[in-house]
Amino acid sequence: MTKNFTVKMKSIAVLLLLLGVFMAQAQTRTVSGKVTSADDGSGIPGVNIVEKGTSNGAATDADGNYKINVGAEAILVFSFIGYATQEFTVGERTSIDVSLKTDVTALDEVVVIGYGEVKKKDATGAVVDLSSRDFNKGVLTSPQDLLLGKFAGVAITSTSGAPGAENKIRIRGGASLNASNDPLIVIDGFPIDNTNQSGVPNPLASINPNDIESFTVLKDASATAIYGSRASNGVIIVTTKKGASGKLKFAYNGVASVSTAMNYVDVMNAAEYRDYVTGLSKLPGSTISSDALKKLGTSDTDWQKEIYRSAISTDHNVSASGAIKNVPIRVSYGYTDQQGILRNTGVKRNSLNLNVAPTLLNGDLKLNISAKGNLINNNFGETGAVGNAVEFDPTQPVFDQSQGDKYGGYFTWLTKDPTNGVNGTVNPVAQVNQTNNQSDANRIIANIQADYRLPFFKDIRLVVNAGLDRQKSEGFNRVPLNSAIAQNQGTLVGRNNSYDAIFQSQLLDVYGNYVKQFGMHKVDFTAGYGWQYFSREGQNTNENAALKNPSIRFANRNYLVSFFGRLNYTLNGKYLVTASLRQDGSSRFGDQNKWGLFPAVALAWRVKEESFLADVEAVSSLKLRAGYGVTGQQDIPGQYFPYLAVYQASNNLAQYQLGDTFYTTLRPNAYDPNIKWESTTTYNLGLDFGFFKERLTGSVEVYQKRTEDLLNRVSIPNGVNFSNFLTTNIGSMEINGIEVTLSGDVVKTKDFNWNVGANFAAYNSNITKLTLSNDPNFLGVVAGNTVGVNAWIQRHQVGFPAYSFFAYQQVYNQNGQPIEGLYVDRSGQGGVPSGNEKNKHYYRRPVPDYLIGINTRLNYKQLDFSLSGRLSIGNYVFNNVHSGAAFSNNANRLNIFRNMLSAVNETNFVNQQTFSDYYIENASFFKMDNMSLGYTLNKLTKTENMNLRLSLTVQNAFFVTRYKGLDPEVDGGIDGNIYPRSRTFLFGVNLTF
Amino acid sequence: MKNIKHYLILSFVVISMMTSCIDDLNVQPNDPFITTSANVYTTTESYKAGLAKLYATFILTGQIGPAAPGGDITSPDVGGVDEGFSSFIRSLWYMQTLTTDEAVWSYPNDANGTISNLHFNSWLPTDGIPTALYARVANVAVLCNEYIRATEGKKEDVEIKRFRAEARFLRALSYYWGMDLFKNLPFVTEADNVGAYFPPMKKRAELYTYIETELLAIKPELGAPRFEYGRADKGVCAMLLAKLYMNADVYIGQKKYTEAITQLNEVIGGGYTLSPKYANLFLADNNRNNTEIIFAQSSDGARSQSYSMTWIMIYGNSGAGGWGGLRTTSALFRKFDGVGSTNAPATSPSEVNKARDLFLKEDKGQSLEIDAINQSKQGYGVWKFRNVNSDGTTPASASTGFNDTDYPMFRLADAYLMYAEAVLRGGAGGNRATALGYINAIRTRSGDLAASKAPGAITDSQLSLDFILDERARELYWEGYRRQDLIRFGKFTGDAYLWPWKGGIKNGTTIEAKRAFFPIPGADIASNPNLVQHDEYK
Repeated sequence: MTKNFTVKMKSIAVLLLLLGVFMAQAQTRTVSGKVTSADDGSGIPGVNIVEKGTSNGAATDADGNYKINVGAEAILVFSFIGYATQEFTVGERTSIDVSLKTDVTALDEVVVIGYGEVKKKDATGAVVDLSSRDFNKGVLTSPQDLLLGKFAGVAITSTSGAPGAENKIRIRGGASLNASNDPLIVIDGFPIDNTNQSGVPNPLASINPNDIESFTVLKDASATAIYGSRASNGVIIVTTKKGASGKLKFAYNGVASVSTAMNYVDVMNAAEYRDYVTGLSKLPGSTISSDALKKLGTSDTDWQKEIYRSAISTDHNVSASGAIKNVPIRVSYGYTDQQGILRNTGVKRNSLNLNVAPTLLNGDLKLNISAKGNLINNNFGETGAVGNAVEFDPTQPVFDQSQGDKYGGYFTWLTKDPTNGVNGTVNPVAQVNQTNNQSDANRIIANIQADYRLPFFKDIRLVVNAGLDRQKSEGFNRVPLNSAIAQNQGTLVGRNNSYDAIFQSQLLDVYGNYVKQFGMHKVDFTAGYGWQYFSREGQNTNENAALKNPSIRFANRNYLVSFFGRLNYTLNGKYLVTASLRQDGSSRFGDQNKWGLFPAVALAWRVKEESFLADVEAVSSLKLRAGYGVTGQQDIPGQYFPYLAVYQASNNLAQYQLGDTFYTTLRPNAYDPNIKWESTTTYNLGLDFGFFKERLTGSVEVYQKRTEDLLNRVSIPNGVNFSNFLTTNIGSMEINGIEVTLSGDVVKTKDFNWNVGANFAAYNSNITKLTLSNDPNFLGVVAGNTVGVNAWIQRHQVGFPAYSFFAYQQVYNQNGQPIEGLYVDRSGQGGVPSGNEKNKHYYRRPVPDYLIGINTRLNYKQLDFSLSGRLSIGNYVFNNVHSGAAFSNNANRLNIFRNMLSAVNETNFVNQQTFSDYYIENASFFKMDNMSLGYTLNKLTKTENMNLRLSLTVQNAFFVTRYKGLDPEVDGGIDGNIYPRSRTFLFGVNLTF
Repeated sequence: MKNIKHYLILSFVVISMMTSCIDDLNVQPNDPFITTSANVYTTTESYKAGLAKLYATFILTGQIGPAAPGGDITSPDVGGVDEGFSSFIRSLWYMQTLTTDEAVWSYPNDANGTISNLHFNSWLPTDGIPTALYARVANVAVLCNEYIRATEGKKEDVEIKRFRAEARFLRALSYYWGMDLFKNLPFVTEADNVGAYFPPMKKRAELYTYIETELLAIKPELGAPRFEYGRADKGVCAMLLAKLYMNADVYIGQKKYTEAITQLNEVIGGGYTLSPKYANLFLADNNRNNTEIIFAQSSDGARSQSYSMTWIMIYGNSGAGGWGGLRTTSALFRKFDGVGSTNAPATSPSEVNKARDLFLKEDKGQSLEIDAINQSKQGYGVWKFRNVNSDGTTPASASTGFNDTDYPMFRLADAYLMYAEAVLRGGAGGNRATALGYINAIRTRSGDLAASKAPGAITDSQLSLDFILDERARELYWEGYRRQDLIRFGKFTGDAYLWPWKGGIKNGTTIEAKRAFFPIPGADIASNPNLVQHDEYK
């Protein structure tokens, strides 16, 4: 721990001690009793008991017992989240037992928001939530998948099918260009660092999905502005399961699953390929000589089948939750062993989750201690084999003993001169088997929350939340010396790379909350202060037989300090106002720009409460919302001091020799002393409605997000800074969108329930300003991943969505076939169109026009069935798998044969046509993400309340698309031989007792 | 009252906590590779480390060798272009060589056409390689400017004073290459600090004057010739001045051959001698026991890695097991065998000029003529640059896949050839007999192999400007001067001289006069309104 943090912890201790000094003063009469749940008769701890019209109050202990001193003619109000509030006139009684009924109407459900919670009916912003009951089933290692397709405007795309692979979450499309577009993720009040650590593919993967109770997504700025600095891209609040009152309950969850590849890239088999290259060799001017043909083998190898497998996974979770000695507690342990379908890949995870929530000082002090610990072993394997398996010559065998053990017994392409060693594509089976690429990552997220109700002023609570998130990873990537995978210009050198890193984040939030009802006015005021520290350090060591490099260390750190306040005002239960203000300081900016101010205001009108709707039975709820807010962005990936003039030393491979001495060079880095907060202004209009006693509920949201002063990496005039590119505040962007959510109970009877939910989102984003000058000839800024050396297919340009495709316009013949190398001369400048970038045009974008999520759940007696799917319309993908390999010259390069994609027959291209818009394909799709069938057996034994649920789940059941590649869902829009997503069948057992 | 006291105590605790937290926002970097500019220069060694960067910018491309991993945006010196693809001398070489009869490259990933547009003399303001070099020219200047500012307070220190002069030299060198290729450049000096503004454009004539003035001013402050390998010394400075004067007729329409000879006499008097073996100039140990190289960009397989031009010429050539398709046209080869050149004075026209004939021919699977640029087996390979030592051993670092071979930018043979040319063009201060002696010194040295034979001396009657142009091709091919030479001799644009694939036609065709210079890259015009495109490229 840092010294700073220790000092702060001491301060908190002092603070808590001081609080403890305050004691309640004596009153005239004592009332006691027990508060129980009407459901099962168990005591409810932490129930608030307030003497109406005073600040006098108490809370129940862990068994539900309470004691309170009251004045004459007192009325006691019993309230607890999730239960209907009850009032009792004390009169002459000294004992009042209360049985609280669960509040069944959904409107009284509470949702967790930043620094507090709010009843759903009182929410003024675009806030949606999902509890564990509605999660997608069978998710083992990527908690984001629990939400797939569930929320309008929340797009989740896995970057690959590797176990535990990163999932990109984009809420309302992402408001930034070069700064992070990740939403802020808050786990049990702890905002976590989104920075990816080597060896940890996914920031959420360290949470066991079985431990998650609910997700809340804050979409608009009026809701997120309380998180000011990190809220431009929305906030996802993860709440984990807690202990409850009553005796201990135990649960076991077990899952066994089988995953298989859904399909393979369509390539030629050995016979087809032999015919194909023989044909090529006979063409005039062919570079394939008859001698070269002799290099073809006699095997028939399906390389894709060789590297994939049916992957078996198991997942076990046990948990105990309840109260021990009146203290609610929950402990869970999980073990997951998930194999990937690519051989030699997988994840093993041990997780331990502990939550203790004691209530002290007559219920005035509620503590919540939570610790989540994980040990994760990732086996990343060699995903490069995915692409090589597509291209490897199918006439060659997997093994070839003729070279002895020189290449581990694997068939290996050699150049003409054997001393020059290996060349060409490497044997994919050797890649997966000879690579040992693993990491061990462990992480602990621990925080303690103290919620103290001032005894002398019961309307005020003080909350202190202190936490630590520490993750440590150690990994290596090794290849033996007898492998053709690791070679330098033909010399085998092996590989022995290793790395380790420690990422830490420390948190301290202190805030106060004041709630008071004055007649028809209700005031809920929160104000506080937050401090968070992030540090990341580690080292990488790259070694091989040729070179033993020293370890390269890295370290960086940053701080965020905030002051925030929020006022919720309710008039007559009908008119709601939320206003919040947050001031954020970031260490990423210079003195004059450190602080950013982020205001928000929202209004809501509960129309249903008006007299004119009171008698309209069909309408059970109706609320109109309007919100405005400004949020900030400071998270520039990898740049922690963009305002500061610094020099960077060169590493050991970039030294420079003068005379006989090698010098580590020093170079000033480009910087912008005036860099400042990027800010996003959001307007949101919302309508929440419920009809027919809430059988049909839904909401409509319309919004506009405008981002100014984009933290943007742009080209700047040559000569004004230490590079020609600089991250600075230039440009603006606008997003307009609409979201509709509907949920209906089609059938609602005792034995049979059928619910259908659907959500719809559409948005349009446009860059409205990008450079300082508005040169009409400017062709935009290259963006996204390259599709070849120095070749970008995507750009940012004014008037277009970010990451739009920019390509030559293909010319087609009468049969609709593309004519190789022939493009429309859009510039009218003549010459060869493909030599002039002015002939390129902006054509399509990777994000869909419409994204629709569909889910349904059926319950019939003990049987339940659920479906969850997504329809994506208008998303385009650049098919780099086809553009990079489906042309006849790729069949043989430098006398090395490569398999040919069947797609070559559609174009008959001879050479690569990197920038043809032919390869920008409509990748609209429908995906059935999740289908699950379950059967519950209640009361298995007479003595114990033992339930058993058995389930069968299919993930990635099927999809429908016209996209010609393997999978239409491509993060970023460039399809380049990613680790394919698999279809998984899961069998689950869930036992509670 | 009691409560108020409690509030006061509470407030005090809370406020003092917050104050210390707000101070946290002033945190400084803790990365071991990062130093704030205020603390970076402490010792003479650190000043030299800063100077080493200025030299390195011509061949290395950033602070992580050989190139930064994807996603690292702070390490590369310039952005918007693939880092390894676009090093200063690699881009310079492309623009001076791929545009001529000396080289073609079937670059399989030439997705934007920037390579083929160079081959076919059809480049555009949007092309990647010229755009990258334009950025690097300014970037070298900006880094030199910063160095000059940072050493302002130490200019009384004898050594640092010389460092500053070297920084000014390197800035002038960068502007020189920029001026040669693009004519006009955005211009900044140490007076222009980092900021948000639009640098003014200086035209070729203004740049010429600036470079000349600057080089003449700093030469006395530079070290004696050859005082340390790799450093810009008086000889290096004189050589650059000589190149400026040799091409002054192209740059500013004035003949400066006398001034060129003055500088060349200083170079030649600097103690350099021809390497006894021609081939040794281009081998892994060309930095050791070197007597001929005047100025080179250094490489080391273990400590100074880059995807630079030497690396491409070693590993990317055709015919020697390399992966690429870099090779030459028949026009260059014909200058050796006497068939295509009327003035090739081989002993007999059929005898190949072996000492400098480092081609890879039919026995390596290459053919002489090129029917299609993308066929890497068509056209002779060039096996001039190699990553082996002069004693035949392989350097220990070769297994890294990177070369020790340095890139010679200036060498004595070039100075000899320039001297002869300047004399023939009427410059004063030299004489024809000395010129002939220099030419024959080059022609009579041996090759690297015992069997190789020197081409032999010529007579005075054979010494002509046309001969010198061809002799420069034979001596300096693949060293990055061909375009400049052809322009100076009036044989680059137009149809006075055709070579295979000139203008995109197999047998060559005429190209427009504007191809003697490059357009200002559109990307920089878009961000700097002070830059004006050449009328010819508008």
